[in-house]
Amino acid sequence: MGHKTFDRGVHPSYYKELTASKRVERAPLPKTVTIPLQQHLGAVCEPIVKKGDLVIEGQKIGDVKAFVSAPVHASINGKVKDIELSNHPGGIRVLSVVIEGDGTAKEWSGAEIDLGSIAPEALREAVREAGIVGMGGAGFPTSVKLAPPKGKAIEAVILNGCECEPFLTADHRIMAEEPGKVVWGLKALMRATGASKGFIGIEENKPDAIDALKKAVGATGIEIIVLEAKYPQGAEKMLIQAALGRKVPVGKLPLDVGVVVNNVGTAVAIYEALNYGKPLIERIVTVSGNGVREPKNLKVRVGTSFEEVLGLCGGITGEGEKEVLNGGPMMGIAQSTLSVPVIKGTSGITVIASGKIKPEKYDPCIKCASCVSACPMGLMPYRLGDYGLKQMLANFKDFDGQSCIECGCCSYVCPAKRPLLQWIRMGKFFIRREAQRAAAKANNNKK
Amino acid sequence: MVLISFISMGGIGAALAGFLAYADKKLKVEEDPMVEAICGILPNTNCGGCGFPGCRMLAEALLKGEAPPNSCVAGGSDTAKKLAAVLGMDHTDHKRTLAVVLCKGGNAEAERRASYRGEVSCTAANLTGGDKSCTYGCLGYGECVEACKFDAMAMDDNGLPVVFHDKCVGCGACARACPRDIIEMHPEDHKLFVYCRSRDKGAHAKKVCKVSCIACGLCVKDCSVSDGIVLKDNLAVVDYALAPQTDESIKRCPTKCIFFGIEERVTKASFFASQPKRTG
Ligand code: SF4
Ligand code: SF4
Ligand code: SF4
Ligand code: SF4
Repeated sequence: MGHKTFDRGVHPSYYKELTASKRVERAPLPKTVTIPLQQHLGAVCEPIVKKGDLVIEGQKIGDVKAFVSAPVHASINGKVKDIELSNHPGGIRVLSVVIEGDGTAKEWSGAEIDLGSIAPEALREAVREAGIVGMGGAGFPTSVKLAPPKGKAIEAVILNGCECEPFLTADHRIMAEEPGKVVWGLKALMRATGASKGFIGIEENKPDAIDALKKAVGATGIEIIVLEAKYPQGAEKMLIQAALGRKVPVGKLPLDVGVVVNNVGTAVAIYEALNYGKPLIERIVTVSGNGVREPKNLKVRVGTSFEEVLGLCGGITGEGEKEVLNGGPMMGIAQSTLSVPVIKGTSGITVIASGKIKPEKYDPCIKCASCVSACPMGLMPYRLGDYGLKQMLANFKDFDGQSCIECGCCSYVCPAKRPLLQWIRMGKFFIRREAQRAAAKANNNKK
Repeated sequence: MVLISFISMGGIGAALAGFLAYADKKLKVEEDPMVEAICGILPNTNCGGCGFPGCRMLAEALLKGEAPPNSCVAGGSDTAKKLAAVLGMDHTDHKRTLAVVLCKGGNAEAERRASYRGEVSCTAANLTGGDKSCTYGCLGYGECVEACKFDAMAMDDNGLPVVFHDKCVGCGACARACPRDIIEMHPEDHKLFVYCRSRDKGAHAKKVCKVSCIACGLCVKDCSVSDGIVLKDNLAVVDYALAPQTDESIKRCPTKCIFFGIEERVTKASFFASQPKRTG
């Protein structure tokens, strides 16, 4: 104990031992990949290749002229087989480029460039061109984070190496195996934003990663902050509070307190983009859970299907129904098919064999306030849940439902097994829909 | 002791009742008798079909002349006539609209690729893409049925919602409730419908649902009026301004997803007679 942390939160079982000490293996070249044109928050890309085109690994295949967006690239050499709507791990269907590989691969390498020789604007542009997005899951375009609005100065960059989500060890392995790239990536981020301070936040349960990073940091002045292992330590706002003692106000961004947070995997992607010219076409995925025969940390090309990735880990095992998640059990999204591709934000594939799946029945709220004591955002989940479910949207907004970070702590602790987060997500959906309908109506009236 | 507290509780009760009676007289808000009169004509179901949150709000709008007398969809022509009389306005006719469920992919036709364990609600299931392979079709958890305040809908044995022709007042609550926008409101004289919402390419659509629109374009060719039916985003779309509503030449649809819905229209009685597993 005694490590820094944030208020409230929960301590779920981590199950990290399944993969924490397993070195990252590179997955064999997939025969075909299905690359969604939206793997980020923001505008969907338009395809810039046609059916039948020959593409090479790293070639840009989709882009759009919007500030909040990120281009996508071919992850293998081959031929464009089709451009069609296809399954996306977010549960939607998204226009995707299907590439049939020719069995060859490119080797990416290069000498480390001198950061002092590149202008911050050029760095930001390179990050955008490489299609880099937050690799912790949400997929926010990194270049957008690096370009603060006028009048807002960034003082510090924090690299997020908490990885508080149970089962996942992708970031852990990155820090333990490639600490040099992590530190270089952080320096690049500091240069791009003009920040004078750099931090790396890690939970205390990854001692080997902490040691490796300490060595890599040396005398650069970058500080490593060891944090308590608690969920959701890796949520941006929680991390900022724990590491720097600053609170990001409701409805504000980390930028507003002079901070930018990036995932350690993102830092490595920046390293490879700047030094090797390699866009974000490959990522480390932890494949774990009691429903996976041989849990692993795999380096997988974007667009490889979940089915193929699970096959590389001995396939699915265990009796009864399985729950397959894009991500970990706290924040991950349950999948209804295995023919979904790994995308830039897929930090893990977790398979839970039945018996551990949450029962569908729940009881009335006993007003124990466990959810309130767990919510890291200081919200009242038992109320928000009701408001979401019953479409009481004015109340939902009054109680700051929109600032819920969807960490799931509330559902996790509720003794009545109430699916609070699902209801809150419903509330957010209703609000989105209300806004869309109002906009459509306004549009109609104009005509 | 017990007796004393009983008496004092009784005393407090009596005093408060007296105060309430006084307050009711003294603080009474004067109601506009016209609003009351109009509310007496309106169905007071607060269905929202008129676009106002409740019947009273419509009454106020009617009085201010901000809404026409045929605004109440649930009330139909009768209510429109009465309102026009009370308001001293011309009677504009009420055109009846009905809810149409544009998906026929029930349990027998559409593939279910996973089992869903969350909150039993279409919106909740739809948050993660749903358990059916078709991501456009009816999820079958009956959120629309729950939204209907007029006892005009039920889920059939095949897991699809059915609208009762004789009961639906056209308030549109079901259409607003559906997270996948499967239900559309149509005037009674619309009879030709494409019962599918899938924007997937034909091959995929057909794989996941036997009665999907595969965008083959045969109905477009069959339609006796050019552009009466067009293909848009892999889906046939009827242009109600152009397409004749009983066009016998439209009959080659390979999945039979386009047809004259009027034959389909059921009443509450006929529905329960046709559903062996259900009782009215
Ligand atoms: S209300 Fe939102 S932020 Fe709070 S515990 Fe629940 S999911 Fe997390
Ligand atoms: S934890 Fe569950 S039972 Fe307790 S107050 Fe919250 S919703 Fe109610
Ligand atoms: S079926 Fe739909 S439109 Fe008809 S009365 Fe019910 S909710 Fe209203
Ligand atoms: S609300 Fe929509 S998806 Fe749900 S049962 Fe009704 S039509 Fe089907």
